[in-house]
Amino acid sequence: MIEVKNLTKKYGSNYAIDHLNFNVKSGHIYGFLGPNGAGKSTTMNIIAGCLAATEGTVKINGYDIYEEPIKAKRSIGYLPEFPPLYMDMTPYEYLRFVAEAKEVDRGLVDEKIEQVMQVTGITDMQDRLIKNLSKGYRQRVGIAQAMLGEPEVIILDEPTVGLDPKQIIEIRELIKSLGTNHTVILSSHILSEISAVCDYVLIISKGKLVAQDTLENLATHYTSSSTVRLLVSGDEGGLRMAVDTVKDSITDFTYGQDKDEPQYLAAEIRVPRDTDIRAQLSTALVENGCTILSMTTESLSLEDVFLMLTQDSYDDDEAASREADALPAAVSELSEDETEPDESLTYDSLLSAGYENVGLKDDESEDEADEDEEDFRDYEPDLEALEAAEAEEKAKAEAEMAARLRKREQPAETSQPRKKQDEGEYRSLFTISDDDKGEDNK
Amino acid sequence: MRAVYRKELRTFFSSMVGYIFIGFVLLIAGIFITMTNFRQGYPNFEYSLGSVSMILLFVVPILTMRIFAEERHSKTDQLLYSLPISVKEIVLGKYFAALTVFAIPCAVMCVYPIIMSFYGKISFTSAYGAMVGFFLLGASLIAVGEFMSSLTESQLIAAVISFAAMLVIYMMSSLSMLIPATASASYIAFAVVILLLALLIYYMTKSYWTAFAAAAVLELILAVFYFTGSARFEGLFSKTISTLSFWSRLDNFVFGIFDVTAVVYYITVCAVFMVLTVQSVEKRRWS
Repeated sequence: MIEVKNLTKKYGSNYAIDHLNFNVKSGHIYGFLGPNGAGKSTTMNIIAGCLAATEGTVKINGYDIYEEPIKAKRSIGYLPEFPPLYMDMTPYEYLRFVAEAKEVDRGLVDEKIEQVMQVTGITDMQDRLIKNLSKGYRQRVGIAQAMLGEPEVIILDEPTVGLDPKQIIEIRELIKSLGTNHTVILSSHILSEISAVCDYVLIISKGKLVAQDTLENLATHYTSSSTVRLLVSGDEGGLRMAVDTVKDSITDFTYGQDKDEPQYLAAEIRVPRDTDIRAQLSTALVENGCTILSMTTESLSLEDVFLMLTQDSYDDDEAASREADALPAAVSELSEDETEPDESLTYDSLLSAGYENVGLKDDESEDEADEDEEDFRDYEPDLEALEAAEAEEKAKAEAEMAARLRKREQPAETSQPRKKQDEGEYRSLFTISDDDKGEDNK
Repeated sequence: MRAVYRKELRTFFSSMVGYIFIGFVLLIAGIFITMTNFRQGYPNFEYSLGSVSMILLFVVPILTMRIFAEERHSKTDQLLYSLPISVKEIVLGKYFAALTVFAIPCAVMCVYPIIMSFYGKISFTSAYGAMVGFFLLGASLIAVGEFMSSLTESQLIAAVISFAAMLVIYMMSSLSMLIPATASASYIAFAVVILLLALLIYYMTKSYWTAFAAAAVLELILAVFYFTGSARFEGLFSKTISTLSFWSRLDNFVFGIFDVTAVVYYITVCAVFMVLTVQSVEKRRWS
């Protein structure tokens, strides 16, 4: 239906979108997911023929959008990010213009307009001026416009931005109902929206496609394992031996000196979801002379997967520059065959970014570790709020964190001496997750 | 194209612009015709039409300023791009809508010679011939205005630059008189015009090389012409300019001559500016 090949858009030397490739097949609702500035709107604009690409092709039903724009555009209904409405017209006049431009059959124009107005629920508003309509109704007029002419594909760019919760639900319902007769491509930076409406997801970040799959596959693929985090006091040998006792049920194990409290060891153990090794592990640790200072488990939600995927690509630039000086702080010991290098701990990094924002720098000494945790608990609502609201604004900071973390995540080819300041970071990233996910474990 | 035309026409009359334009043209035309033809008893409708033509300078920018600037400002141009209509159709649809608005006062003015004929002998052919010239002059100016509107997203700027451009066109022939008639002065004036043209090319294409190449080639041709026979350049610049001036082209019509070259000239101007507008709108998709 829609074939996107090698699509690239450059502004100066910046890539707004970077060699995108994907296909859209008929009969699904596609979700185009990515943080702000990821290139969603640019891509949609290009597909709809509003913008020219620097490179690459878009084919709609076999018609190239540049070579045969008229034919290609006939199969597309497009609602840009800002609904392109003429404020001095009534919805009826506006839809009439669009219907005429889309060459809807003369005799059927009124009937078709009536039909889309009914579906979008604007029949009662048809004779008011668009400038007097609320944002929600304007959005509906925009969607009605996209539906006219019975295009096979309807492209909606962030259709729920700026609407109140009730309107959002209504628009989502509307989009779902559109999905029964049309292929819908919907963009959003809100995962819950995509998961509520779409059955296929394309995740884009920094102009690159980082994942595309059905929602179920993404969920099972990325959220199939959970991570146990440990902070122990003791020697490496003890830790390794203790972990050896649960060897069979874990998929990955990394450890290193803790960042803030270098006298302790921090470890991460990845286990398949639904496997609980905590009891066994804690006994084993004590038996091997290690004292457990904290232990948490966490598993990725779809939201985490999204954040993780979208942040990964932010790292790329920084990662490259860090490659030289960043020393692997963790040593991978066990089999890594099931490990996804992509499954980084970005969720933590996000939290720690938020955490730094509240000014809760973890500079207290080790004695106050417990107190520490209590402090965090008090701040928990704050953290959550921050996580939600500032997630995007802090993308940069998070990305940096993610980059560092990923460095650690990557199993070291050679075990090199660990650097102290590096581990210091580890600790700070660590404590938050202790706190935040603490609840889940209890 | 018809959809755009109808929408555009409706917009002219749902806002004040269409009415203001028509009212103003008719008011000024009425004043001039009352003064010249009715009070002073001149039987020549075309004389007053010649005077009325000056006010197009002020009213055409008002008519054309919003054509593209407003679409861009309110982001409705995205709708036009995504609809299955070509840019050419959009530009022409909008142009013909503006032309239709301009045709309304022209149609009303066509009644004046008939009224005048009740009081004396009127040459209908020269009166209506001049009317054709007047309409074509307006059509050319609307084409210029539409192009100017496609360059910016502010209506105000569109109006100001349209007015400035039309003022330059209006005063072109008198301004060119300032340049001495010597061959070297003509040569320099042409050279400067080529440089200005290169600047415009740069603005349109944002490519140094295209602008530079165009300027270099044109300057070279000019230099070759000048140095092979500088005598040809004497007074050439002011002559060229007055040939190009929109208003001086109307003079023949005012004196009762139906000038076919002028008709061709006006239509060419319209076509050139339509092409430029299409380019300018197309270009926006690429930036």
